[in-house]
Amino acid sequence: MSVKHPPSAYTYLRHKKKFPHVWCPGCGIGIVMGAIIRAVDGLGLDQNHVAIISGIGCTSRMPVYMDFNTMHTTHGRALAFATGLKLVRPDMHIIVVMGDGDALAIGGNHFIHAARRNIGLTAVILNNHIYGMTGGQVSPSTPVGMVATTAPYGNTDPPFPITDLSIAAGAAYVARSTVYHSHELEKYIRTGLEVPGFAVIEAVSYCHTTVGRLNKLGGAVEMMRNLKETSLTRRMAEKRSPEELEGKIVRGVFYHDACRKEYCALYQEIQEKAGGAKLAARRISSMEMV
Amino acid sequence: MTMPRMMQGNEACAAGAIAAGCLFFGGYPITPSTDIAEHLARELPRVGGVFIQMEDEIASMAAVIGASIGGAKAMTATSGPGFSLMQENIGYAAMTEVPCVVVNVMRLGPSTGRPTSPSQGDVMQARWGSHGDHPIIALAPASVLECFEMTVRAFNLSERYRIPVIVLIDEVVGHMREKVILPPREDIKVLERLRPSEPPEWYKPYGSSPSDVPPLAPFGSGYRYHITGLHHDEAGFPTNRVNEVRPWTRRIFRKIKANVHRIARCETDGVEDARTVIVAYGSVARAASEAIKTARAKRRKVGLLRLQTLWPFPTRTVDAVCREARRVIVPEMNLGQMAIEVERIVGDRKVRRVNRIDGEMITPREILDAIEGK
Amino acid sequence: MKDASDRFEVRLAGSGGQGLILAGVILAEAVAIYDGRNAIQTQSYGPEARGGASKSEVIVSDGRIDFPKVMLADVLLALSQEACDTYFHGLKPKGLLVVDSDLVERAPTSKAVGVPVTKMAIEATGKAITANIVGLGLIGGLTSVVSRQALEKAVTERAPKGTAEMNLKALAAGWEKALEIKEASRSVRPGPRRRES
Repeated sequence: MSVKHPPSAYTYLRHKKKFPHVWCPGCGIGIVMGAIIRAVDGLGLDQNHVAIISGIGCTSRMPVYMDFNTMHTTHGRALAFATGLKLVRPDMHIIVVMGDGDALAIGGNHFIHAARRNIGLTAVILNNHIYGMTGGQVSPSTPVGMVATTAPYGNTDPPFPITDLSIAAGAAYVARSTVYHSHELEKYIRTGLEVPGFAVIEAVSYCHTTVGRLNKLGGAVEMMRNLKETSLTRRMAEKRSPEELEGKIVRGVFYHDACRKEYCALYQEIQEKAGGAKLAARRISSMEMV
Repeated sequence: MTMPRMMQGNEACAAGAIAAGCLFFGGYPITPSTDIAEHLARELPRVGGVFIQMEDEIASMAAVIGASIGGAKAMTATSGPGFSLMQENIGYAAMTEVPCVVVNVMRLGPSTGRPTSPSQGDVMQARWGSHGDHPIIALAPASVLECFEMTVRAFNLSERYRIPVIVLIDEVVGHMREKVILPPREDIKVLERLRPSEPPEWYKPYGSSPSDVPPLAPFGSGYRYHITGLHHDEAGFPTNRVNEVRPWTRRIFRKIKANVHRIARCETDGVEDARTVIVAYGSVARAASEAIKTARAKRRKVGLLRLQTLWPFPTRTVDAVCREARRVIVPEMNLGQMAIEVERIVGDRKVRRVNRIDGEMITPREILDAIEGK
Repeated sequence: MKDASDRFEVRLAGSGGQGLILAGVILAEAVAIYDGRNAIQTQSYGPEARGGASKSEVIVSDGRIDFPKVMLADVLLALSQEACDTYFHGLKPKGLLVVDSDLVERAPTSKAVGVPVTKMAIEATGKAITANIVGLGLIGGLTSVVSRQALEKAVTERAPKGTAEMNLKALAAGWEKALEIKEASRSVRPGPRRRES
């Protein structure tokens, strides 16, 4: 573990190499990136022991800017890549950043299976309700009625309730916040990193370039303000009727199971049964710092 | 010396993986490859390795690459339909130059085809299955012992050249039980991937090197860098600059092309004065050997060129061996996928194809008929 | 290295679940490991774990075996009518055909050796599942492809835990029956494989 120091962009960003970034001015992805960095820093994790893995899309461009072990994989498959890495390096902290389309459409199967296994990955899903990089097509979290380039008359397909899906599939920790509430987001990501099992943090954001324009919802400022005005905590939400909660974003921790065994720990038991646990431990320690 | 054993091709493949130092298998059950997964599910945790049954073949291939980048030698095994699903990530491994081994126990296609019947229909898919131009290595064992040896070799080649290596076993060889004496551990040559020796701040995962194969640092070893399926510069960061894309593309082809003589292996039998040369691979080469025995008893000058490596294609050997022959017969359990390559080299007028795509083996009789010009 | 002339081909055919693939494996192991000769075993089967057509082939030789499948069988053990009808044409003219006389009602040749294999298995061990081992005993006893000791060792090694003794009983039943058949054919009339010798 490195010595605790105040968060510094110079410590965690590939500032000399990769900036300026690809995101539109006013985008929320950078806020999520900041929250991840502060969460890692707050826990005092060694940069060498943190990996950031992503799929394809705007959100998935995030790892390239961060000075960790970073891997930008294929569309939807980030969790599967991360599963392989985590199993051979259970000592590492692995954060998987995905957009809503990446995680829930093309990667939906990997998502529910990673949750089912309760493998120790921290999945951060940036939900901007749209495919941003390809120019504004409907995603599995686009609200019904919203206009997208592939739903010019309004979206017909109901969105996935991401937190409910995660809980049902078996995740150990499920939380939601927004890019407006960046400190809350940081707190959830931090807890997600501490939870041994599969953690899902939904970070609700927006895409003013596509959704905002197509639906006349204004620019980044207006959409950010909308996150502030339409979101409420779980405690507040409990007092409201379902009708009152229509179109609202409920923030909070939806599930936290501290008892369920993490997948790599379970596999270690298999290795013990088979007689290879010591070999595995020796291999992992030999893989560490050179 | 180890004891003689009756062993199945698939089992020998799994044993070869363990002997090569494989520590990770991610796969999905599919006939006729499943035995490999079953053996490794039992064996890997014994040697401190990891077996995981993934949710599908796409995830399997992804997990294999993830494990490999974590520093473990990693593999998967599948058959046609699963091989199709793996193609995108095989391309990712080629692009990111991450070592991995993919075993495809070929069954009759297309589509679901005949799951328990042999075929050699995935030969071209192994070469060109993933989109975009990229080099690949594919090996084709013809016996149970070769399933062992070639799996070891697949890992060695993969680690040596930072490239996905495909082992194309056909169903006959995969399921066949044959008497084998596995080589003792000390006789098995096992290669480890080159690790960087320079300090982390100087490390370039895609840098130029005399061998064209830069060292690969595992994640979590103190070397922090970026891996992407986008075209990238020497440091691994995405690039759109033509002057960075072009040298990379050239290097990944050069690292294989310059070593074809080391990678591509063939076995010959009586080709020196042969008027007819049979070019075959996998189980079909065994039918060819049987046919040749009969033909030679009738004083026919027939030789066999057996391809042990399919990709990169052993162009020079095929040219040298077939040049003096009057006829070249290419029997295959497909409609002539490798025949295209042979014809490219020796000219199509000299080539006679013998094909079967009904899920039955080509018989020695069929090859004998071709030798006799029937 | 000897040439292919000593190649001996055995085909075991019937339905899925009759244990014919295992029988092939045992025969091949007996020949290759315990008799010190060479053998290859291959199989083909349908998607059904039970029922459907199933076939196991063993090639025996003292030398190298190239083609791993049967070209023309020296022995065919048929445990179903369908298997008998399908594979009889792949039997050498002088080849040995052994059929389960209860399961194969219409043998395609009068030279067929009909034995109630499954019934014998039930009599010997109480279990129809050991019919495959009775069949192996029959083949071993009727031909000289494998020694009895080798087959016994292979059965012991391959039999599921705790079933070795039962399977050895099945093997003995088949082998003894084979000797009986041979004896009878010698004293009464030329046997199926001796007729033209």
